[in-house]
Amino acid sequence: MSDPGAVVEHLFRHEAGRLTALLVRVLGPGRIDEAEELVQETLATALQRWRFGELPDNPAAWLTRCARNLAIDVVRRRSTAARLERDVADAFRARAAVEHVEACFADEIGDEALRLMFSCCGPRLPAPAQVAVVLKTLSGFSVPEIAHALLVSPSAVERRISRGKAALRERGLYAIERAADLEERLGVVQRTIYLIFNEGYHGAHPDAAIRQELCGEALRLAGLLVAHPVTGTPGTHALMALLCLLAARLPARVDGEGELLALREQERARWSPELTELGFRHLGASASGEGLTPYHLEAAIAATHASAERFERTDWRRIVGLYDALVALADGPVTRLNRAIAVGQADGPVAGLEALAEVGALPAYPFLPAARAGFLEALGHVEEARESWAEATRLARSTAERRFFERRLRESRPEREG
Amino acid sequence: MNEYLMLMRNDGNPMAGLSPEEMQAHLQRWTEWMGGLAAAGRLVGGRPLGSGAACVREELVTDGPYAEAKDVVGGYVIVACESLEHAIETARGCPVVELGSVVEVRETDSNVLETDG
Repeated sequence: MSDPGAVVEHLFRHEAGRLTALLVRVLGPGRIDEAEELVQETLATALQRWRFGELPDNPAAWLTRCARNLAIDVVRRRSTAARLERDVADAFRARAAVEHVEACFADEIGDEALRLMFSCCGPRLPAPAQVAVVLKTLSGFSVPEIAHALLVSPSAVERRISRGKAALRERGLYAIERAADLEERLGVVQRTIYLIFNEGYHGAHPDAAIRQELCGEALRLAGLLVAHPVTGTPGTHALMALLCLLAARLPARVDGEGELLALREQERARWSPELTELGFRHLGASASGEGLTPYHLEAAIAATHASAERFERTDWRRIVGLYDALVALADGPVTRLNRAIAVGQADGPVAGLEALAEVGALPAYPFLPAARAGFLEALGHVEEARESWAEATRLARSTAERRFFERRLRESRPEREG
Repeated sequence: MNEYLMLMRNDGNPMAGLSPEEMQAHLQRWTEWMGGLAAAGRLVGGRPLGSGAACVREELVTDGPYAEAKDVVGGYVIVACESLEHAIETARGCPVVELGSVVEVRETDSNVLETDG
């Protein structure tokens, strides 16, 4: 027994994901709801015990044992019912079922979470449903927590999850080792993780803690992919590198008052050296094989920023080149917008404004007028710049964004007035 | 100082509806509550209660009301308090209260003779 204060952060949530994956394997994907109920019962039993100070030395092992016993109880109860109604054959089947549970728990190899992740990311399932069902089953978030984190209604989350579970029941568990379409499916899984991270990193949620939690969860899931010999491809390493390098900046993205800071304003000493180093290590591991993914290019851009000790020392020429390659590989208005910002830094505001004209339709996206405002300001067109800052402020999707643009609007004054 | 028994009475399982993250937060609050009592030297003991239960009467043993989902005693603690009022105040801080459970506070009479004398 150890100090009850020693429960690691998010232990319950992470263990919920692990145990759900394990129990889905034990009971079958058709009974995912029952698996979730058993996990809930396991955690409630743990809480009931542990709150009196009886924390076991290995809480994860304790939970596994508890879940195993509950699963065996369920199977036994069913076998008793079968024996009463039917014949000896049923009893034998029931006995085999108990042995199956014991065997599953005995050779738990840690791939269950990965398998469930692949099973939840079916190609025909819409991305929002994949995100919701992964957060529910693998990350241990409740429906209200997912709704709160993604800023959608609980009933919408319910609908997405039930859609995801229906697909899971229909198609069963995905066999990673002998799948013919592994590459395609891995791409969907990577995108789901990327979306979860993005929701935390660029999402509109006003609460920074919730957003960090989503980023942390995406990192954890990407870590599972990286660690497996089949799914730890160069593209997965590139994704991991990207997430690490971006997550490294999280501590510096807001100031002491919780106000958003632009890349230029961030105190780079506050970027996490551990995450940066991890990012570079995965970037190194990504540089094998033939395939070049958008994650490779995005990670290389993030690495270029991480390599510059000051904003002024950023190798913008290199970043423009990487964005050119990214536009060629995966064109989109947000990518073009980011390219235009880099062009403006490399070749000056006039070139930046020209590049902005090629962005295309990006309605209601505040960073488009914000980029224009920045270039206009640099050219001394203060009035036009202020109009663009005001437009960005109108389009802001969160309080933090709005306050950020309002600050830029305030600071953007002609010299004589300041 | 006298010792007070505090019984945690639940109607069903109040933890069943909590998310994993909320469960962990609840555990954290318990740790702080019990830890505070222990640090003050007031925590005499406490245990969670399991599901095995029986009512023993002359010639009759039943499993009584305890096996029902309603009114389950989930555990107990024994805490040293100055008075019943102090014990009530202490019980108010018990994290089960915020989950809708009841803490039944009972004075033990271990020191009654000394106090009366």
